[in-house]
Amino acid sequence: MTLTLLIEQVLNGIQLGTMLFLMASGLTLVFGVMGLINLAHGSFYMTGAFVTAWVTGLTGSFWVGLLGGVLAAAAVGAVVEWTVIRRLYHRDHLDQVLATFALILIFSEGTRWIFGSSPLWLNVPDSLSGSVTLPGGVEYPLYRLAIIVMGVAIAIGLYLLISRTRLGMRIRAGENDREMIGALGVDISTLYTLVFALGAALAGLAGSTIGALQSVQVGMGEPVLILAFVVIVIGGIGSIKGALIGAVLVGVVDTLGRVLLPGLFKLFMAPSDASGVGAALASMLIYVLMAGILAFKPNGLFAAHD
Amino acid sequence: MKKLLNASLAAVMASTLATAQADEVKIGMITTLSGGGSHLGVDVRDGFMLAMEQAGRDDIEVLVQDDARKPDVAKSLANEFIQREDVDILTGIIWSNLAMAVVPSAVRQGPFYISPNAGPSDLAGRLCHNKYFNVAWQNNNLHEAMGAYMKQADVKKPFILAPNYPAGTDALDGFKSRFQGELANEVYTQLGQTDYAAELAQIRASDADSVFFFLPGGMGIAFMKQYAGAGIDLPVYGPAFSFDEIILGAVGDAAVGVKNTSQWAYDLDNPTNNAFVASFREKYGRTPTLYASQGFDTANLILSALDVAHPDDEEAFQAALEAANFESTRGDFRFGPNHHPIQDIYVREVVDQGNGPTNQLVGVAVEDLQDSFVDQCSL
Repeated sequence: MTLTLLIEQVLNGIQLGTMLFLMASGLTLVFGVMGLINLAHGSFYMTGAFVTAWVTGLTGSFWVGLLGGVLAAAAVGAVVEWTVIRRLYHRDHLDQVLATFALILIFSEGTRWIFGSSPLWLNVPDSLSGSVTLPGGVEYPLYRLAIIVMGVAIAIGLYLLISRTRLGMRIRAGENDREMIGALGVDISTLYTLVFALGAALAGLAGSTIGALQSVQVGMGEPVLILAFVVIVIGGIGSIKGALIGAVLVGVVDTLGRVLLPGLFKLFMAPSDASGVGAALASMLIYVLMAGILAFKPNGLFAAHD
Repeated sequence: MKKLLNASLAAVMASTLATAQADEVKIGMITTLSGGGSHLGVDVRDGFMLAMEQAGRDDIEVLVQDDARKPDVAKSLANEFIQREDVDILTGIIWSNLAMAVVPSAVRQGPFYISPNAGPSDLAGRLCHNKYFNVAWQNNNLHEAMGAYMKQADVKKPFILAPNYPAGTDALDGFKSRFQGELANEVYTQLGQTDYAAELAQIRASDADSVFFFLPGGMGIAFMKQYAGAGIDLPVYGPAFSFDEIILGAVGDAAVGVKNTSQWAYDLDNPTNNAFVASFREKYGRTPTLYASQGFDTANLILSALDVAHPDDEEAFQAALEAANFESTRGDFRFGPNHHPIQDIYVREVVDQGNGPTNQLVGVAVEDLQDSFVDQCSL
């Protein structure tokens, strides 16, 4: 394992982390502000990717497609909040899980009905294809680097939004005491729709950017959703800062585990057994991390309601 | 009086209908038409129905049901087909884990099972059965053929990877059994993994001279796209499962230049195949995949056996199936003693001739390849 390879793998971990952050931040906002467990968050991820692939195919421009994907995810999020989710705020978590799970099925079948069951074609834009040489001689794909930069920009933007704007103040107030903020004359239902649409837009952005790198297909959101839940549990539910730290932690641990563990087992096992055992253990690693963190900090690293 | 006449007429009609039904053959197809990887099931079904339509026989009824890639669903559909519909022949299953859940108990209960796709090693060896036939391949075949081809092509040090699940380990074992050379590395990825940055960095840092991978469905699409973006220019090899015409449409130009092994190619030049490809394109408006050819061959095998005997006459029908007296899209086709094909495996290369990437036949990887589990079968 050379140093350049290690640096490249850490970058890969951070890139996975920024993508998870986009998913987890929406999830954690919705849970923190509205107390809602939203399993259908992965569907917004899928919506973003499909609309991006579709619009890119129509217009030939990835950037128009990306914009379309994000706006579509936000719009779908707002509609879903308005028609379904707002009836669930006062129900218990089991009802919420049941209803949002139903939404997953509806979105998956609906997407298959509209776009068919074959994966769609979506590629990295020409201006971001290929790789660049970073200082230190690390060769790294430009598109992944752009994802990291975008993730950092969004993290800063979200921080400013929540700490410096009136909307952010209301969001924080909503997290603390939703009855009181309603009593103070804030239009709570519009606030909820806005927050939900913002979360959906971030998920759509993640889906659109990752769709170009992976495959745009029905059901693509659920594996990411599971990781995003791990992130918000580690980071502390409701905390944006926790989501950021948790996402980068999960991304780096997962990536480095996949690379280093098989090599570690090869020191004292036959190579083919070692890669099998190493791969199996690597896939468990983030859950081990989660269990370890919860053992010492049962509410996560940065719990909003300590 | 008129009422009585009508009633008796109805009774007569019902009795003729009943006798017609006795000779009728019922085929139950359980396949994956929804969820991930459903394009495989859709193509098997479409190929199968095309052959049935061309045969134009009205004494065969085909019932099609979707298993949604779930073993429990497939199992209950099989029970329904066997107990309620009393089917003579079952077919259609795509995935090996579903086949293992359904086939061993189904063939014990009566019907024949003709597999158009899944060929797990147990059904070729230890659990082989006189009523089970596989028209496609034993799962390891395409990987073995690629191992043999890469050895011939003087590849020195491949980097090989597959998902960490039974078909993945079978794939790499099959590859190694024929390649028998030095490997740069052997990596198992997570099943369903879609980000391969870590593996690609390992490939770049290794001293490999080529890459062999088995990543079916969306995993292969993601891998190929990221491979193209990672600036690695090692030649890529794999089984046809990652390079069917549907997947190529989603991968795009990133797949151009990849060599893959398949028991069939749409530009394989024989009269049956030319007619099949033309009629499939005309009816469905797309180029058939290898799965469509397998569905088509499965139906034609069944039809050829039905010309000889009814499935109720089990020994005669089994002998007719074993004879495999039908025109296969693959050209020569015959069964080994364990009811799995002995066939040529071809090499195809992904090319782009102006209207999107597609496969082009390059040559033969292995002639008359037989699976390596035949010795474990007691037939």
